[in-house]
Amino acid sequence: MILETRALTAAYGQFRALFGVDITLAAGETVAIIGANGAGKSTLLRSITGVLRNAPDMVLHRGEPIGALPPEIVMRRGIAMVPEGRKLFPSLSVEENLLIGGQVRRAPGPWSLAAIYDLFPILQAKRLAPGTSLSGGQQQMVAIGRALMSNPEVLLCDEISLGLAPVVIRDIYAALPAIKSTGTAVIVVEQDIARALSVADRVYCMMEGRVTLTAPAQGVTRAEIHQAYFGGAA
Amino acid sequence: MIWLDTLVQGILLGGLYALFAAGLSLVFGIMRLVNLAHGDMIVFAAFAILLITQTLGLHPFLAALIAAPVMFALGWALQRFVLNRVLGKDILPPLLVTFGLSVALQNGLLQGFSADSQRLAAGPLESASVDLGLVTVGWMPLLTFATAIAVIVGLNQIFYRTALGRAFRATSDDPVTASLMGIAPKGVFALATGLAMVVVTIAALYLGMRSNFDPSIGPARLIYAFEAVIIGGLGSLWGTLAGGVIIGVAQTFGAAINPEWQILAGHLAFLVVLLLRPRGLFPRAVD
Ligand SMILES: Nc1ncnc2c1ncn2[C@@H]1O[C@H](COP(=O)(O)OP(=O)(O)OP(=O)(O)O)[C@@H](O)[C@H]1O
Ligand SMILES: [Mg+2]
Repeated sequence: MILETRALTAAYGQFRALFGVDITLAAGETVAIIGANGAGKSTLLRSITGVLRNAPDMVLHRGEPIGALPPEIVMRRGIAMVPEGRKLFPSLSVEENLLIGGQVRRAPGPWSLAAIYDLFPILQAKRLAPGTSLSGGQQQMVAIGRALMSNPEVLLCDEISLGLAPVVIRDIYAALPAIKSTGTAVIVVEQDIARALSVADRVYCMMEGRVTLTAPAQGVTRAEIHQAYFGGAA
Repeated sequence: MIWLDTLVQGILLGGLYALFAAGLSLVFGIMRLVNLAHGDMIVFAAFAILLITQTLGLHPFLAALIAAPVMFALGWALQRFVLNRVLGKDILPPLLVTFGLSVALQNGLLQGFSADSQRLAAGPLESASVDLGLVTVGWMPLLTFATAIAVIVGLNQIFYRTALGRAFRATSDDPVTASLMGIAPKGVFALATGLAMVVVTIAALYLGMRSNFDPSIGPARLIYAFEAVIIGGLGSLWGTLAGGVIIGVAQTFGAAINPEWQILAGHLAFLVVLLLRPRGLFPRAVD
């Protein structure tokens, strides 16, 4: 397993947000994590990236405990994050936002400025504009490109469709096959279930800090998802 | 032509204040830390340069070259081992720590060097002047001003042209997201304070060559630096130079009217700008 959580319990101060979450991610695999607002999806990604610290062996990277490492160290191990809300740096241009993604760690691999501009051509035209002056969809492209610049072996995407128009979401998801084809393992956190299932190999559904469903993305039924999503009968 | 002369002297004096302020502006801009010991650090650096000139018999410029990396290391260590621990949502702890540091530095210098006034001997440069046609200006004020511009250009080059500067700006924007890029915010902060101490050393060099200094004068330098930074708009280095110039010009004109008004005129100019433009002349768009 390239990435694994074991009985992960994460908390914000006194408030417990995760109650023993176990997920696995194999090399090259794409996993979708779905769940309602507040289910704990972002908390799970924050725990993996080290923004929230946990016991060391609650998160394993290639079998090594990373649960207590700070984010900058986790990132240097090849786990890159596209954070919820995009979080571009307002003081940096589009190109600088991309460059900073590969500034500390740049493993050999397919991604470079040129490759990102190939993937999202509109960014080339806007490369000198402040990152935050772009439209929501374009900002999301920058956030994805920024994470790819390090040539990560694991890419974590937190609600990349958030607040975007359906046509824009389609454009962004159109980039995922190209990303997957390079061998990067991907976790997509989504509320847009159909979108998530269309790119994923497997799906986890979370509710109130617990995993309520683990299934292959193809073949899982709406009823199963509904049950896992809301807890009630379909 | 008296007023022109006064204006030019004021502008050049502004260069010194901009040097005092640049390090403060740098640290505030990157980590929102108000360093109340900034003025005392300038005085500390001036004594460090003095010590090097005396023990090694070097000219102050060469001594500053030696002092700069030492000050960088001290600033780096101060940030790494002390200030990083108190930085957080609450702005009070770092204020208290730097205030304590200010008191400790003053008393330490008093112990080590006594309350006697000191000066860095710059030789013939101290009194040399150059005739610019309409006005005659001293080489030292001219050099100070040119250095202030060079420092600001240099810092801006670092900020906007280097990977380190990119990390500075990103960390200033959002330290958590910066850490997701593999950047250790605390390491960036330590480098920033180290760099600020290099600028402090340059400020100390000119402070010491142009006027007497003793362990007690730090807080007054801090006030000038503060005023320059706030007039210019927090976080803008060119604004800081403009702020320094405004204080300098106000001071020389005040002094021209009545020598006792020099300091007061500077503070009044600060208050007037603050009344008219509460966020300073060149506020940063994002804050
Ligand atoms: N910084 C925080 N401090 C305290 N509680 C938080 C914080 N962030 C999230 N929570 C709480 O933790 C729980 C899980 O939140 P989380 O953001 O992980 O949910 P999510 O599944 O990502 O939801 P969404 O789909 O809205 O992004 C929620 O109850 C939320 O209120
Ligand atoms: Mg979320």
